[in-house]
Amino acid sequence: MALLQISEPGQAPDPHQRRIAVGIDLGTTHSLVAAVRHGVAECLPDAQGRVLLPSVVRYLDGQRRQVGFDARAHQAEDAVHTIASAKRFMGRRLADLKVAAQLPYEFVDQPGMVAVRTRQGLKTAVEVSAEILATLRQRAEDSFDDELFGAVITVPAYFDDAQRQATKDAAQLAGLEVLRLINEPTAAAVAYGLDHGIEGLYAVYDLGGGTFDVSLLRLSKGVFEVVATGGDAALGGDDFDHLLASWALEQAGRSAVSSQDRGALQMAARRTRESLTDHVVATLHCPLDDGDLRLDVTREQLETLTRPLLERTLAALRKVLRDARVQRGDVLGVVMVGGATRMPAVRRAVGEFFGAEGHVRVLTDVNPDEVVALGAAIQANALAGNAKGGQLLLLDVIPLSLGIETMGGLVERIVERNTTIPVAKAQEFTTYQDGQTAMAIHVVQGERELVADCRSLARFELRGIPPMAAGVARIRVSFQVDADGLLSVSALETGSGVQASVVVKPSYGLGDDQVAQMLRDSFAHAQDDMRLRALREARVDADRLLLATQSALDADGELLTEDDRRAIGALMARLRNLAASEDHDAINAAAEALAKGTEEFAAARMNRGIRVALAGRNIEDV
Amino acid sequence: MNIDDDDFTLFGLPERFALDSAQLDQRWRELQTEVHPDRFAAQGAASQRIAMQWSMRVNQAYQRLKDPLKRAAYLCERRGAPIDAERNTAMPREFLMQQMAWRETLDEAVDGAAVQALADQVEQHEQALRGRLQELLDERNDAAAAAAQVRALMFVARFRQDIDLRLETLEQ
Repeated sequence: MALLQISEPGQAPDPHQRRIAVGIDLGTTHSLVAAVRHGVAECLPDAQGRVLLPSVVRYLDGQRRQVGFDARAHQAEDAVHTIASAKRFMGRRLADLKVAAQLPYEFVDQPGMVAVRTRQGLKTAVEVSAEILATLRQRAEDSFDDELFGAVITVPAYFDDAQRQATKDAAQLAGLEVLRLINEPTAAAVAYGLDHGIEGLYAVYDLGGGTFDVSLLRLSKGVFEVVATGGDAALGGDDFDHLLASWALEQAGRSAVSSQDRGALQMAARRTRESLTDHVVATLHCPLDDGDLRLDVTREQLETLTRPLLERTLAALRKVLRDARVQRGDVLGVVMVGGATRMPAVRRAVGEFFGAEGHVRVLTDVNPDEVVALGAAIQANALAGNAKGGQLLLLDVIPLSLGIETMGGLVERIVERNTTIPVAKAQEFTTYQDGQTAMAIHVVQGERELVADCRSLARFELRGIPPMAAGVARIRVSFQVDADGLLSVSALETGSGVQASVVVKPSYGLGDDQVAQMLRDSFAHAQDDMRLRALREARVDADRLLLATQSALDADGELLTEDDRRAIGALMARLRNLAASEDHDAINAAAEALAKGTEEFAAARMNRGIRVALAGRNIEDV
Repeated sequence: MNIDDDDFTLFGLPERFALDSAQLDQRWRELQTEVHPDRFAAQGAASQRIAMQWSMRVNQAYQRLKDPLKRAAYLCERRGAPIDAERNTAMPREFLMQQMAWRETLDEAVDGAAVQALADQVEQHEQALRGRLQELLDERNDAAAAAAQVRALMFVARFRQDIDLRLETLEQ
């Protein structure tokens, strides 16, 4: 819908029509879906009343697959074809995976993103995640007995562009409309901030299954401003389990060689670690190929063993405080997120880090497994226009600096980390050879000086530069990061006007066409249903668009010339006629034409609306 | 109010170097509350695009006003004395000597305490330079002298980044 509706910002154009929007926490070990119902955010349970969905997908013979608890139940016996913690592989190459050797999978390196060989062929983390998202989408649609308007999906704050893009692709594959990607710590802060009326500077310490994030936020009257963010994309509860598992083997003088053994041991270690939260001693028990492994572990042993991991989280915390240029004493409280923060040692260490007991509030009262999904649901509800008052606003930052490669393999940073998004920045470069007519632009992300140490995001070329002496051409490279944290880059030779641009999409073998093909395949079995559904949707959209266009014309028609108005009128008439037909493609095409034909009008109205708002709602100033 | 207005007009602040940062922060939040794309999420692609342009413009101005160096550079440029740091590299001899002495101290520092002491010293120096900058811009209206001062402060800022990096390495 292209037209600005007559309504307050943040509110649905039609108050009678409530849009179902959900928040999804796509986690390393488990995932959740939540929604605001009767004004309260709550996690949606499955038919058995469970809210957590283990992030595990098992690929069976034929086209069958199991997702969640069913998959996890067979993880030990069918480890090779049961993919858990796929989030760790999102947008990653094989070389990026430090834990690959400890995992039971047969990894296949592909350009852009690693895949796992299963009974059903190669599966990337995008496809595995899409299965999980589709399961949650189904759960939400069953709960509401309605289709979803859209979803807010959370990602670790530390996710780079490739990982964010991969998450968005997984959502598309699952047939979900992504309203926004938001950072997990920010979502947690929303859940706490709105429920507890928190104001001031707060830290979020988020130790999930596979990632560690820390963010510093300033909360003020419904505005959540991320001041700085950091963390460790390869540190989580799973690492605590790995350490415990390896240690147990060593203690028992045993070895786990088969992938089955490794999978089983990892799960046994997690059970033991979780048990040590409430008990001071627990028994690690795991059946291995050469007999059972049984070992008593004390909480103290676990804590000594994993202290180095805890230290790494505290180092990240220190770095974020330094980035934000604030002192520990400025922080009023810490929100604890992620199941791994249930460990007493973690809570103790974070409390001690911020000084004497009682000085800083360590907030643990919202279930740490659910808090991220709840916050995402609140944001989804606001974005769908359902929230009353529309007080909530998230101002997030990019976690890692963005730049381009210059001479000698050095990085020239263009957007610094912790810059608030959306952001646009440009920098000028020049040619280094006489008569140079093309320039290769290599976009990278990271904090290091050398290109080789940063993540490569995209390469493209600016061609057709008129030959000039070295250093004369002026090439303006512009970076634009949208509100989801996704980057697009363009380059322009300012003298000649030669231009090239690229939406940074990591080349992990999943182009837009391929995603579209996968979507078609997955719907192929339900052709007729699809056609009826598409027709119904097309008619509803057409009606909505016509209504919106008419009210826009009534309100601000004077912004248009007589010709413009006639053209729009013709487009409207055409859409109205076609809406009665059975051809959903034709209806959509006519709607698209009307949307396009009214784009400039919508832009003009929008611009005026904002100017009025900024001028203190004083129409005289416009 | 227009998207092409200068940063100070956009934020409704007087055009000078001295700045109430709490007021700036608050004004930024107010502006984003009006223009952020999320405020128009349910209203279609064209609104999203316009909102994003406004939101980016507001963030750009905020980044520039918040950072004393960028703010000073912006004021110098508006008053006809662009910084042009790449072409103006000549610095007073005294200033260069000071820089070399600092670098040596940093190279020879053995522990966090020594680096921190240097950091404090540099911070103090920076504050003094900033005070002088404010005088040049807000009282004497001497943009050319202010531009030279900004260039000196850019050196100091770069050096402070090296100190931070060193502190980080020492902590790990």
